Amino acid sequence: MTAMLKLDVDGRAVEVPQGATVMDAATRLGIFVPHFCYHKKLSIAANCRMCLVQVEKAPKPMPACATPAAEGMKVWTQSEQAKQAQNSVMEFLLINHPLDCPICDQGGECQLQDLAVGYGKGQSRYAEEKRVVLHKSVGPLVSMEEMSRCIHCTRCVRFGQEIAGVMELGMMGRGEHSEIVTFVGRSVDSELSGNMIDICPVGALTSKPFRYSARTWELSRRKSVSPHDGLGANLVVQVKHNRVMRVLPLENEQVNECWISDKDRFSYEGLNSEERLTKPMLREGSGWREVEWQEALEHVAKRLGAIRSRHGAEQIGALASPHATLEEMALLAKLARGLGSENVDFRLRQADFSIDAKRAGAPWLGMKIAELGALDRVLVAGSFLRKDHPLIANRLRQAAKRGQQVSLIHVAGDDPLIALANKAVCAPAALPDLLAQVLRAAAEARGKPVPALAAGANAGAAAKAIAASLASGTNTGLFLGNAVQQHPRAARLHALAQALADILGARFGYLGEAANSVGGYLARCTPAERGLNARAMLESPRRAYLLLGVEPELDCGNPRAATNAMRAAEFVVAMSAFRSRAIDYAHVLLPTAPYTETSGTFVSTEGRMQSFNGVVRPLEDARPGWKVLRVLGNLLELAGFDYDTSEQVRDEACAPDAVATRLDNRVTGVESGLEAEPAPQSSAAMQRIADVPIYFADPIVRRAASLQQTRDARTPMASMHPALAARIGVAAGAKVRVRQEGGEAVLELACDEGLPADCVRIAAGHPATAALGAMYGEITSVERA
Amino acid sequence: MLSGESLKKIDTEVAKYPADQKQSAVMAALALAQEEKGHLSTEVMDFVAGYLGMAPVAVYEVASFYTMYDLAPVGGHKLCVCTNLPCALSGAVEAAEHLKKKLGIDWNETTPDGRFTLKQGECFGACGDAPVVLVNNKKMASFMTPEAIDKMLAELQK
Repeated sequence: MTAMLKLDVDGRAVEVPQGATVMDAATRLGIFVPHFCYHKKLSIAANCRMCLVQVEKAPKPMPACATPAAEGMKVWTQSEQAKQAQNSVMEFLLINHPLDCPICDQGGECQLQDLAVGYGKGQSRYAEEKRVVLHKSVGPLVSMEEMSRCIHCTRCVRFGQEIAGVMELGMMGRGEHSEIVTFVGRSVDSELSGNMIDICPVGALTSKPFRYSARTWELSRRKSVSPHDGLGANLVVQVKHNRVMRVLPLENEQVNECWISDKDRFSYEGLNSEERLTKPMLREGSGWREVEWQEALEHVAKRLGAIRSRHGAEQIGALASPHATLEEMALLAKLARGLGSENVDFRLRQADFSIDAKRAGAPWLGMKIAELGALDRVLVAGSFLRKDHPLIANRLRQAAKRGQQVSLIHVAGDDPLIALANKAVCAPAALPDLLAQVLRAAAEARGKPVPALAAGANAGAAAKAIAASLASGTNTGLFLGNAVQQHPRAARLHALAQALADILGARFGYLGEAANSVGGYLARCTPAERGLNARAMLESPRRAYLLLGVEPELDCGNPRAATNAMRAAEFVVAMSAFRSRAIDYAHVLLPTAPYTETSGTFVSTEGRMQSFNGVVRPLEDARPGWKVLRVLGNLLELAGFDYDTSEQVRDEACAPDAVATRLDNRVTGVESGLEAEPAPQSSAAMQRIADVPIYFADPIVRRAASLQQTRDARTPMASMHPALAARIGVAAGAKVRVRQEGGEAVLELACDEGLPADCVRIAAGHPATAALGAMYGEITSVERA
Repeated sequence: MLSGESLKKIDTEVAKYPADQKQSAVMAALALAQEEKGHLSTEVMDFVAGYLGMAPVAVYEVASFYTMYDLAPVGGHKLCVCTNLPCALSGAVEAAEHLKKKLGIDWNETTPDGRFTLKQGECFGACGDAPVVLVNNKKMASFMTPEAIDKMLAELQK
């Protein structure tokens, strides 16, 4: 416990720890000191000078944000001297600030405007010309159209350096000629860039998609939860005229702190997209007919009943999106089981299900998100961390600066913008061996017997360095990313990680891929024995499919198998918020409501159960998925479908206080089936590495127009190591024809020295690659197109 | 991008700082790069950023802060007039006007023959010598009355 300092602010005594500032002391007392450049999550710049306060014995006013608190200090934040200083700074700040509040997007939620009311004069004494700063174009998300408004607090610059981990904005020039710019016209591409809009205290950085569409005081603010990645970011959804106008972070220090990713922030554009499905539709011949809900659901019930009696219930398969709510998944599973089918799953991109029966509980992060920062050693395996989990990456980025050693084992060399202690990149097929090497080296470092799983491994230098780092820690976390979960030998990787955790006394867990990757397990939306999992359901096609928020050609681990299964099916019911390619193969389209239009629950990767209400009414005839399934259950005369509220559905599936008891990453008896294996032989075959780019990951974000214009949403390319490109004889930039499992795609070739040899990285989740096969399968050929 | 000789000199500068603080050498590196290339193009700044492991925009911040760095080609002689307050009160405004008239150019322009470029400078720390003109980033010319300017120009034009 560090010594506490006693000081006086405005005559009130307060205690703060050593190293705290006067600003901290004032905040502790609830005293507001006006400020612009100070932000609790950023480093101290002290360049706006707005927080000047009077300090006893100091000859001049001191900036509260940068003045360390001292024992016995006396501070006055509202004395004559302090006030005069604050008023003068405000006058200086307003000298060059345009008087355009009436047409400024920030008007009404502007810190400068608010503070000018309290500290500014009614009229300016400055009669000379104001300076003009030209606008800049930095991409489709952040608008820098009115840079004359900038007061050079550098919050955006520091945000980039410190939080996003990449300095994309800087302050050019000096003095009166200072300007916030990117490097010679480049764009801002960080996946966290939208937070710069929030922290900009004036109207210099504004939201491009939101600009001029509403005033802050016209918007109702409603709480919600992000439907995208496993973090479960808390959101404030702002609504006008029953339409979502924008999304902002709801501060929750335990989850998203005060940030959200651009995906969480800008995906709302997808909710208002032209592609929304608004009426139930039935296929009729080659066309579609809009019908009433009653007719549509009766048709579904009749056809499902017919298929069950003619071919057996096991010919029905139910697939839910991992972004669906807990309630929707629970009812879909209940409906399928009510019909007599055990074929229900939500793990659409998973390839290896061999540990399903051996799981002790639902796989989860293994700890609280807020505890990530306290770990001293971390191993992340198989994760495109920055893009898959932007804010978990940020937690590790901050912790790494404080001394946490983060090691990364991955199938691509993408920079997570974390100061990594170690990094090892290998081909997907070599991933189990690499992890086994680490396991072996860690066992040796800790002086423990080498587990049978790692007996065949021969630890190389990279593995030894990682193991040495991990073995030297006292509070270690091991995390398996999306690429491990989607890996064709995920079971083995899990067993290796579990063994490694045992040796190190570490905690291990999954970085949950989607908003409800944990919730799906709790909702029992997974097949029990004799049921088919998501992969089996598509590889041995069923006659009927129930799709809940799924776009099989984009959401499944093997889009080719998925598309073929859908095309061959007799009856496909697509419950979706969007008109999708289902138009080609479905027989019934049922418009279900996205997260903003239904009540529901997401269970985040840390096992946090977060229920939310709809923030707007469903669009036209769309209806909440749980209600659609409830009525369908009634029409099929299944027992137990009499719910009045989504809470009843949730509590039946998993009461909030029961979540913790159902989380468990351990699998038992997995070792017996997995013997030690020799190091993989290099083969001539090319392996595919498939990331799911951040803005292709789910149906809502795919339709978010502005996000789709970012760099991260470029059409996928076929990336490979330059040596492989040379062997194929095609230069970067040329088009190549890629063949996999009988399907093909024509893509641009790109060279990436960070990729392992003989691998081709081709993103999943995009129409351009939907004709290809398994995400981590073998590539048949790559040749000049 | 840069010659081996320049890189060697940059390495010498880098060696003066702890290994994890290579970016401390950015000012020296930019000066050496400018010496070789004449001015700091986007590509040169990008190269320096990569060489020192910095964000390109951070290099740009430095290069645009100091008037000794030129982001565009300059003439044979670069004249930098201090226009900060002490100089301005002691005749810098007249000196600047005189220079502009003599050379027939405004701030940040180069004479058509490519011999002179005129720039505004920030305090050179020689207020007692005001008005001050910095010639070619290296030579400080003090007490630049119109007569002194004429003499300087005549010398430079030789």
